[in-house]
Amino acid sequence: MKNQPPAVSADLTQLEKESRSATKAQLAEFWYYFSQNKGAVVGLVIFSALVVVAALAPWVAPHDPGFQFRENFLTPPFWEDGGTTSFLLGTDAVGRDILSRLIYGARFSLFIGIIVVAVSLTGGIVIGLIAGYMRGIVDTLIMRLMDIILSFPSLLLALVLVAILGPGLVNAMIAIAIVLQPHFVRLTRAAVLAERNRDYVVAARVAGAGHIRLMFKTILPNCLAPLIVQATLAFSNAILDAAALGFLGMGAQPPTPEWGTMLSEAREFILSAWWVVTFPGIAILVTVLAINLVGDGLRDALDPKLKRS
Amino acid sequence: MSLLEIRNLKVEFDTAKGPFKALDGVDYTVDAGEVLAIVGESGSGKSVAMLATMGLLPDSATIAADKMEFEGLDLQTLSARDRRRVIGKDISMIFQEPIASLNPCFTVGFQLGETLKAHTDLRGKKVKTRVLELMHAVGLPDPEGRFNAFPHQMSGGQCQRVMIAMAIACSPKLLIADEPTTALDVTIQKQILDLLVQLQRDSGMGLIMITHDMGVVAETADRVIVQYKGRKMEEADVLSLFERPQNPYTKALLSALPENATGDRLPTVSDFAEAGGF
Amino acid sequence: MSGDTILKVRDLYRVYETKATMFRKAKSLTAVKGVSFDVERGTTLAVVGESGCGKSTLARMLTMIDAQSSGSIEVDGLPINIAKTGISKEMRQRVQIVFQNPYGSLNPRQKIGDVLEEPLLLNTDMPAVERRDLALQMLQKVGLQPEHYGRYPHMFSGGQRQRIAIARAIMLKPKLLVLDEPVSALDLSVQAQILNLLKDLQDEMGLTYVFISHDLSVVRYLSDKVMVMYFGEVVEYGTRDEVFNAPQHDYTKKLFAATPQADVASIRKRLALKADAA
Repeated sequence: MKNQPPAVSADLTQLEKESRSATKAQLAEFWYYFSQNKGAVVGLVIFSALVVVAALAPWVAPHDPGFQFRENFLTPPFWEDGGTTSFLLGTDAVGRDILSRLIYGARFSLFIGIIVVAVSLTGGIVIGLIAGYMRGIVDTLIMRLMDIILSFPSLLLALVLVAILGPGLVNAMIAIAIVLQPHFVRLTRAAVLAERNRDYVVAARVAGAGHIRLMFKTILPNCLAPLIVQATLAFSNAILDAAALGFLGMGAQPPTPEWGTMLSEAREFILSAWWVVTFPGIAILVTVLAINLVGDGLRDALDPKLKRS
Repeated sequence: MSLLEIRNLKVEFDTAKGPFKALDGVDYTVDAGEVLAIVGESGSGKSVAMLATMGLLPDSATIAADKMEFEGLDLQTLSARDRRRVIGKDISMIFQEPIASLNPCFTVGFQLGETLKAHTDLRGKKVKTRVLELMHAVGLPDPEGRFNAFPHQMSGGQCQRVMIAMAIACSPKLLIADEPTTALDVTIQKQILDLLVQLQRDSGMGLIMITHDMGVVAETADRVIVQYKGRKMEEADVLSLFERPQNPYTKALLSALPENATGDRLPTVSDFAEAGGF
Repeated sequence: MSGDTILKVRDLYRVYETKATMFRKAKSLTAVKGVSFDVERGTTLAVVGESGCGKSTLARMLTMIDAQSSGSIEVDGLPINIAKTGISKEMRQRVQIVFQNPYGSLNPRQKIGDVLEEPLLLNTDMPAVERRDLALQMLQKVGLQPEHYGRYPHMFSGGQRQRIAIARAIMLKPKLLVLDEPVSALDLSVQAQILNLLKDLQDEMGLTYVFISHDLSVVRYLSDKVMVMYFGEVVEYGTRDEVFNAPQHDYTKKLFAATPQADVASIRKRLALKADAA
């Protein structure tokens, strides 16, 4: 075999085009299965809207979220008696516009979700890969540690961690990330165990791939599907937990317009001014629901794919 | 009257790339006491036809046929409940993966008993007696001991025997075997094929063998249907098919058998496709 | 080329030990029991046996996936004992493997070009442009198109995937290629194409094959020497004609008898027997 390039290799642009269209075809197929799930599409629309609103908060929000309108304490929403269209969803006990606070609060919720998922996903993948790939004593030690973390009620553990670290948004996020981590570890490990003895892994080993390459380049990309689904669920969990910690006074501190903190501040007005608690609650509910629907669609789109190839 | 008669069967699946025609107007007839082999490669639709008959296809499949009758009974208009009464009792089916076809949580004796209870009036002690009879009939060694065994405690060949016992438990009039020996070793394959043919001969039921293996066809079938890409290529009795194949695809299949190799190279189907144009 | 031994295996053992736990005693299972054989350059040794006979364990030892418990393997004069010496790049370039299931042996998330280039990337210092040219050449050599370079495995049929797997295995120009049931997951017509390809590659590159199979007709077509294994032991070892024309061991005879015969004479005989019985 002489090392003379085949006639075709001249047409490199053609090759690259083929390669790109192969990637495109995969995405198109993914989108087909995702779009079959109507709920997921609705969830995606709501979630995208939320992201847009959060990103454009300074322009979208009618008022400064921290500004106190001294004449308008506990103004009801505009359709109620005494409501005004300048405060569409009313004001809270110190006269801040609830709609504006919710819009700014979306920034915090998304920020919490992204950071928590990024931290726990990265940690979970690395630890899970090591456990599943190494097996033996390393596996046992890691998994027992994860079992210990899992054996605590998650919110209680988060509370304890915040109590140690001190209240605040950053510490709350760290605590939530630690609490969510074991789920990723277990999921990664299970996926790695299923994949590590497949023929293609053995083939890569025969071709001379080392441990690090096998773990991150060969096995990991094939374990991502369940992790992506779990990541979306963790995203909504993080928002919920952060809201819960905020509500308990251990998360974001007032006057931060975080949804859970808003709920907590409004606790005493539950009976007298329903809107102060209802709207943050609905915001949390809708966001979490939308993300979970997206996660559901992702599972539909990613699962059959794995089985087929 | 034929046992099973299907005219112009069409099956389509919805996929990401649009509808996929799995079967395009194929006829099947099986008579009582006959062994029909349906041969084809993957994608030929050989299993789809029988799964459609059994009502086992997923919802993404659209089934249409001019006629689909079992003993004069129109299977297309049958309600789900009536269909269940026929299927499992008068028509039964065995599959390729015997170990996966059995429920790992229950003993094989229990599972056989459940089949009997679902379709017959046997109860109590009589069920166990009949189960042991069946296990004996399919040649399981030590039926008494195997009665309380779980599927994972038995070999693939033994599991397939249990599946066969389950399939013939209600003396079906038609047995459909979908690649019954593909997952098994050669020596076990021989035993299972012999068993199927012997049971068929003794009971006079119709047997449909779905397979990709020309050797299995040659060893079992009376009549053969050759399928390719959802269409019927040829239908003939087994001897004339092997002796004087008419269709170019059948010729190609037969000459691709390594044991029929004459020259240094094996002829492939594409060599024939150019000449035959199918 | 006779006398030019490329693979020399002497008294090879592989023992699997299960550790003792609180509830179980330690057990040991000997999968390969004292196997010895030679393979000459440019020839094909077929290893035949049913599931559990140790043929796959043998393949894993030859390709350095598992270490042997005792005994020696020598590939082209280079002793292989990975438990003692580990694996060097030199060893890896001598032996490669093709797996049975083309659906499992290619990484679903790796494009074909990367699949083919991986062995070169890991074992040589070749620049990227050269690697790509070699991969493109190899695609053509195994009968695929250059535009397949950028596609994913799931866009290919089983036969094409097996071509890719073969291409990957010979990227390093190994001296010895272990083929672990390379055609048994494929359709008959595709099987013929792959067998032809293997023959062509052997002629062109002077490859030596250890061909592991349970299918006697394929073995007969392709092999020069045949080794029959049964429960970890070699029960028959000789040239193809010796083994096929005059099998010595009972197990070999049983294996031949169980293989389905797809010739007209056998069908005639079966139908005649059937007519007599009726």
